[in-house]
Amino acid sequence: MQLVSSAKALLLKEFVDAFFLSFRYLLKPKATLNYPHEKNPQSPRYRGEHALRRYPNGEERCIACKLCEAICPAQAITIEAAPRGNDGTRRTTRYDIDMTKCIYCGFCQEACPVDAIVEGPNSEFATETREELFFDKQRLLDNGAVWEREIARNLAADAPYR
Amino acid sequence: MDLLIALLLIVVKSLALLVVGLVLIAYYILLDRKVWAAVQLRRGPNVVGPWGVLQSFADMFKFLFKEPIIPDGANKGVFLIAPFLTATLALAAWAVIPVNDGWAVANLNVGILYIFAISSLGVYGIIMGGWASNSKYPFLAALRSAAQMVSYEVSIGFVIITVLLCAGSLNLNDIVRAQDTRWGLLGWYWLPLFPMFVIFFVSALAETNRPPFDLVEAESELVAGFMVEYSASQYLLFMLGEYVAIVTMCSLITVLFFGGWLPPVNVAPFTLVPGVVWFVLKVTWFFFLFAMVKAFVPRYRYDQLMRLGWKVFLPLSLTAVVVVAGVLEFLGKVAQ
Repeated sequence: MQLVSSAKALLLKEFVDAFFLSFRYLLKPKATLNYPHEKNPQSPRYRGEHALRRYPNGEERCIACKLCEAICPAQAITIEAAPRGNDGTRRTTRYDIDMTKCIYCGFCQEACPVDAIVEGPNSEFATETREELFFDKQRLLDNGAVWEREIARNLAADAPYR
Repeated sequence: MDLLIALLLIVVKSLALLVVGLVLIAYYILLDRKVWAAVQLRRGPNVVGPWGVLQSFADMFKFLFKEPIIPDGANKGVFLIAPFLTATLALAAWAVIPVNDGWAVANLNVGILYIFAISSLGVYGIIMGGWASNSKYPFLAALRSAAQMVSYEVSIGFVIITVLLCAGSLNLNDIVRAQDTRWGLLGWYWLPLFPMFVIFFVSALAETNRPPFDLVEAESELVAGFMVEYSASQYLLFMLGEYVAIVTMCSLITVLFFGGWLPPVNVAPFTLVPGVVWFVLKVTWFFFLFAMVKAFVPRYRYDQLMRLGWKVFLPLSLTAVVVVAGVLEFLGKVAQ
């Protein structure tokens, strides 16, 4: 028995076996995606970059109820509210999300009674400076404008399960 | 006048070897990364140029344009000389390697001793770099590396002696010619000296600080070993020296055990191919083996490394020297 094992050790059996095993792996198709050119399929529930939505008539959905601010576990959301000048409806004068604090839990989206704040499908919003990640209301509304079609589709696809 | 022409010829030869060699090394580095990636089912570098063929050059420019940082407490002179020493010594070893019959920059009669001496000097670059950094970890890593390289040089030396006994010459060109029999592939020294070939291969891995013996710079544990304080072009020179040393070791294996520029079979289609092609093919094959070993062998512990070097390889190679010498004497084939 010992003779067999020492013969194996001397002839580097394990290493030769490992060589052929890894050679088989070398020829296998790759497991990784060619990322910027190839992407994984994405769930409609994907929680990416935030966006503030508007109604089809252009009115912003947010009514400044501050439920998202209250539920945010990372306390990343800051809201200030006031009656709007022209019609006296309650609106936000400030809606900031600190994306460096955000943990992408999606609670703000769950808490929102009017589907105003949502997490869209976009995850590619890396910036060169930290300041660029402090999103203000304008940035969030712009996100909503850019991603509205995808966001609406995802919300519709997920609606039957809610 | 004759002297001037001879001198010019040497310079031209060296330049040609350097340019071709360094470009080849750029692609060997890419091959190394691609093979490693493929075994792990990854793609490897594939963005710079088609299939990433320009990756090494992009890396080179990145290193060259970065700011070299010299630590405050470092011994500036030694700190800067160390990487140059490593790179130039590694390149200097190429001078005697015959890529074809007689195609060596310097056809030294003691070629093998020259390579041995030059590659031993490589340790100094590492020790100087580690010590001059004036930092704990590089210093400790440099000591480990020096101990490792010195241990494995011993067994490499004895393995080379067995080859010298068979070939009867210290000239690399003559060693290859001694393997030129009508048996082709089977006449090369890897077959009669098979255990020596294995020991040499494993020792070459240890000598060049390659995985599984890369304790010097075990990425997952030690950051970069003796190179911790190095950046930019100094780091580039260290890495270059390392890969040049690896290719030197691959070509040494080719010359000593795999018949250098000789074709594997001594018949028409194979003998028509120029020797350089065979030489580069063989070196590439051994580099591929080096890359594969990196991909599938787990790293050795330091005491295991030392045990393998001193308690397994040293006695084995010492015994082999005695046995080979005895067999040659018995068969009456001792080279005069």
